[in-house]
Amino acid sequence: MTESQQPIISIKNLDTHYGDRQVLFDVNLDVQPGEIMVIMGGSGSGKSTLLKHLLALKNPTKGSVHIDGLALHSASAGEIKQLRKKMGVAFQGGAMLSSLTVGENIRLPLEHNSKLDRQTIDIMMRMKLELMSLAGFENLMPSELSGGMLKRAGLARAVVMDPKILFFDEPSAGLDPITSVELDELILKLREAMNMSMVIVTHELDSAFKIADRIMVLFDGRVAQIGTVDEIKHSDDIRIQNLINRRPRDEAMDGDAYLKRLVSGENS
Amino acid sequence: MQGILQGIASIGELVRSRVNLIGLAGVFLFKTCLSLFTDIPPFREIVKQIHFVGARSLTVLLVSALFTGMGVALQFYDTLVRFGSVDLLGSAVALSLIRELGPVMTALMVIARVSSATCAEIGIMRSEQQFDALDCMAIDSYRYVMLPRLLACVIALPILTAVFDMVGMFGGYLVGVVIQGESAGAYVQGIFDTVNFKDVLMGQVKSLVFGVVIIWVPMVFGYYMHLDQTQSGAAGVSNATTKAVVLSAILMLISNYVITSLML
Repeated sequence: MTESQQPIISIKNLDTHYGDRQVLFDVNLDVQPGEIMVIMGGSGSGKSTLLKHLLALKNPTKGSVHIDGLALHSASAGEIKQLRKKMGVAFQGGAMLSSLTVGENIRLPLEHNSKLDRQTIDIMMRMKLELMSLAGFENLMPSELSGGMLKRAGLARAVVMDPKILFFDEPSAGLDPITSVELDELILKLREAMNMSMVIVTHELDSAFKIADRIMVLFDGRVAQIGTVDEIKHSDDIRIQNLINRRPRDEAMDGDAYLKRLVSGENS
Repeated sequence: MQGILQGIASIGELVRSRVNLIGLAGVFLFKTCLSLFTDIPPFREIVKQIHFVGARSLTVLLVSALFTGMGVALQFYDTLVRFGSVDLLGSAVALSLIRELGPVMTALMVIARVSSATCAEIGIMRSEQQFDALDCMAIDSYRYVMLPRLLACVIALPILTAVFDMVGMFGGYLVGVVIQGESAGAYVQGIFDTVNFKDVLMGQVKSLVFGVVIIWVPMVFGYYMHLDQTQSGAAGVSNATTKAVVLSAILMLISNYVITSLML
């Protein structure tokens, strides 16, 4: 990764509204090829909305998103479709099609977007399952998998087309600490093996610090800081320090203080 | 004054949201039909859906057809016997089944089985981000999810209706000939003498239109479930399914009247 490289993802002055409510304010971000960028922030900070923009699932009110040189706001449906063949997405709950088996789910992108024969598709599906330590699970239904397995199966489907860019929505959410660490290692292994750029939306600090090259921190729809793991850890921004040290934002959010006030009658 | 203004505003909002939904439903049907021509149709999915709509509805359809035919025959027998016209029993049962009861009852059975299941399935797919996943895999949701369901209903409904009509007429035969002891020849000859091509065509046109209505409505309610931000998850799916089933049935009955008045 060098400074002279063209960013593979470029967000400029992005504003977004849901109805009258603005949820993203003047967001700017560049992601370099091969980089792991983690988007971090509390609940309601706008990180999932930002991910929707990156996946071309939502149009911005103002500003632009360029992915692999393509301006999403002015791209045709055909151009978006072509771009999506170079992107993989691992959704929070796996988003596996519940009417298909795990194997059929993983084969799906190849069946629709490649001219490979059934045997080759089958081999590629098994390879990806093996990579995710899910060999032999291809005939199970998604409902028969645990949360961690579902995420790994979703990841197998996301990488089956060998994408240039991989997006993750809350990869560690709802997982036990051991499975979460295993998934982090899998993400790093994937980057090493396939040299893909990754954008990971998460609020899991340990996971973010372990896998990120750079981190963007969002607060209430605004970018608080973009920097390396070290820069974020030593940030002067009190909100980032509160987030890192898991401190409530104000006293009103502090359950103990609230209970004390309630018992002493100050709140009534 | 404030209350009146608020009332007008909420009526306006209700009208706006309904008009918006009608527009979305129109675009939805157009995109689904258009997807038939954009690529090779997903035949495996279509066959799977025809099996779900057709073959798996057969048991409930056979039972309801038999007893509907028997009930209708009993009613007609009671009326015709007063006028000494029991020979017309076969004609009366056949015409009422082929032109009216067959298509309507078949559609109601399919609404109960298929429309509710489709709305719930598509609503859950929406809430579990499965449509986002399809979009991100560059797979057209309309072609892959909606088109097979629409085609399955359009193909299966006329066949199911024909089966309903035949089983219903057999039910009428059981009541008129086997139980009441009327002439078997008169019953069967009555059917052949009275039923013409136009009657069969009316029943089949109805079942084709019903096939579209009873799958289109639940697909729209499931697909756009997320637009109702007051309800999501299980409550959202349940709410959307109830609305879809009720509206499918009402629209089916309205279209039944319109087709009848146009084709009589």
